[in-house]
Amino acid sequence: MDWFPYFLQQLINGLTLGSIYGLIAIGYTMVYGIIGMVNFAHGDVYMIGAFQAMIVLLLCGTLGITWIPLQLLIMLVVAIVLTAAYGWTVERIAYRPLRGAPRLAPLISAIGMSIVLQNYVQLLQGPRPKPVEPLIRGGVEIMSRADGSFVVQLGYLQMIIIVLTIVLMIGFALLISRTTLGRAQRACEQDMKMASLLGVNVDRTISLTFVMGAALAAVAGMMVTLYWGNNDFYMGFIAGIKAFTAAVLGGIGSLPGAMLGGILIGLIEALWSAYFSAEYKDVAAFGVLILVLIFRPTGLLGRPEVEKV
Amino acid sequence: MSAAAATDTLLEVERLTMRFGGLIAINDVSFSARSRQITGVIGPNGAGKTTLFNCITGFYKPTVGRLLLRGAGGMPFMLERMDGFRIGQKAKVARTFQNIRLFPGMSVLENLMVAQHNKLMHASGWTVLGLLGLPSFRRAEAAARDLAIGWLERIKLTHVADEPAGSLPYGDQRRLEIARAMCTEPVLLCLDEPAAGLNPKESAELNALLLSIRDEFGIGLLLIEHDMSVVMGISDHIVVLDYGSKIADGSPLEIRNDPAVIRAYLGEDEKE
Repeated sequence: MDWFPYFLQQLINGLTLGSIYGLIAIGYTMVYGIIGMVNFAHGDVYMIGAFQAMIVLLLCGTLGITWIPLQLLIMLVVAIVLTAAYGWTVERIAYRPLRGAPRLAPLISAIGMSIVLQNYVQLLQGPRPKPVEPLIRGGVEIMSRADGSFVVQLGYLQMIIIVLTIVLMIGFALLISRTTLGRAQRACEQDMKMASLLGVNVDRTISLTFVMGAALAAVAGMMVTLYWGNNDFYMGFIAGIKAFTAAVLGGIGSLPGAMLGGILIGLIEALWSAYFSAEYKDVAAFGVLILVLIFRPTGLLGRPEVEKV
Repeated sequence: MSAAAATDTLLEVERLTMRFGGLIAINDVSFSARSRQITGVIGPNGAGKTTLFNCITGFYKPTVGRLLLRGAGGMPFMLERMDGFRIGQKAKVARTFQNIRLFPGMSVLENLMVAQHNKLMHASGWTVLGLLGLPSFRRAEAAARDLAIGWLERIKLTHVADEPAGSLPYGDQRRLEIARAMCTEPVLLCLDEPAAGLNPKESAELNALLLSIRDEFGIGLLLIEHDMSVVMGISDHIVVLDYGSKIADGSPLEIRNDPAVIRAYLGEDEKE
């Protein structure tokens, strides 16, 4: 059983990473579900969230707030609120005017928005990566090899990330399945015109979808800031592509699919890096995506495309 | 028509014209529909009936003309100037479609709950207060559920309340679509060929349902229908369109004997 501790450690790392991807992937999958568009700026909204979290953390230091739970709470709230505002604004200025335009138009607009957000942060924050001092250190030792050469550790931060993700997922699933707003979102997803005829304010429902996706991305951004603490203006690109892959892998349009896809991508990356080569971890993640798309084009939990009127 | 009945005018269509490029789908049509009445709209294929509905429910903006709806409490709404969703939300016009448009992946009950979206959204303080589970929201939700279940009982679909709406048989979907429209608590209900594809028994049930809606809720119904037994059987007043123009307007008996209508349906005697 010499291999097991090492494997367990990779599982923990992969799960942590996967939680972050899953949170971002939800934003992709929800927006795709409701307006059938891939929001390529979503990765950059996540990057904005990471920067917001970082700035709040530094401000806390300046203002003399040192109690860690309070710092975390302030980071969470401020990052969510401000990033959600970005998400709302992006939809308002870049996508809503193009509602009813050919499908390619909002897609191009999304790519443009992505470039705008990247350059905006590059101008304001500079191009160099910003290191962030680790806020939460230490963890629990779960087990070790008999000779003590390898210790499996579950970091406190990893616990926070995994638990917070699970809580958010459950809350979110309830929001979509139980509340009036969630019901309206599902109705818009199926037949936007009909929902509008029943008096549902479709534009507002779509805006709120963007706001929710951005809020979850902000949480992911905050957790990445704490976990790796190395933010730069380009970080949203690769994370966005990975999360998009996760959404497609799980079946785009499906919420549980996005979460499952995120965790799978995280695990594949962690295990591949551990056993084969860290350089080729992206190849592994995208390779699995290709296999899934060949053998199960709708993704793992996706439903076959229903013809819309 | 007596003067007292005239105060019940619900919808006034005045000089409505709808052009698509060079095509005139509706040409200078005026008529009115009253509450507590079923107004039938008939005409051969392509006469502009569905276009008329699309104008009334905000799918199209009319090229010319006025659509005045006297809503609850006599409040006037100019439908031609309103955004699509406000026509359902504020003016309280509901509609069903020729090709059924339920939310197929949502349950039968949820289809009826979506129709009560605005009421519930308001009661839930735009979801925030609803999440806190305030008693006022719980009451509103219970009331909405009661209304939905009442409709399910009426259309005899209680046993499939939790099934996906798309899995119901055709006739049941038709009735569910009407129930969903009624759950928005409309003042005007527009039905686009509700009897299409129904067998005679279902068609008779539909007639009874529509008459009960008229009498019980006191709302106005606007009915597009090809099945003459339905139109002639339940309409209080019929408007006939042909090639986008109104060619007749009157009681079923008058329409039945109107030479212009007979010509439109049966064709003129032409020397070939």
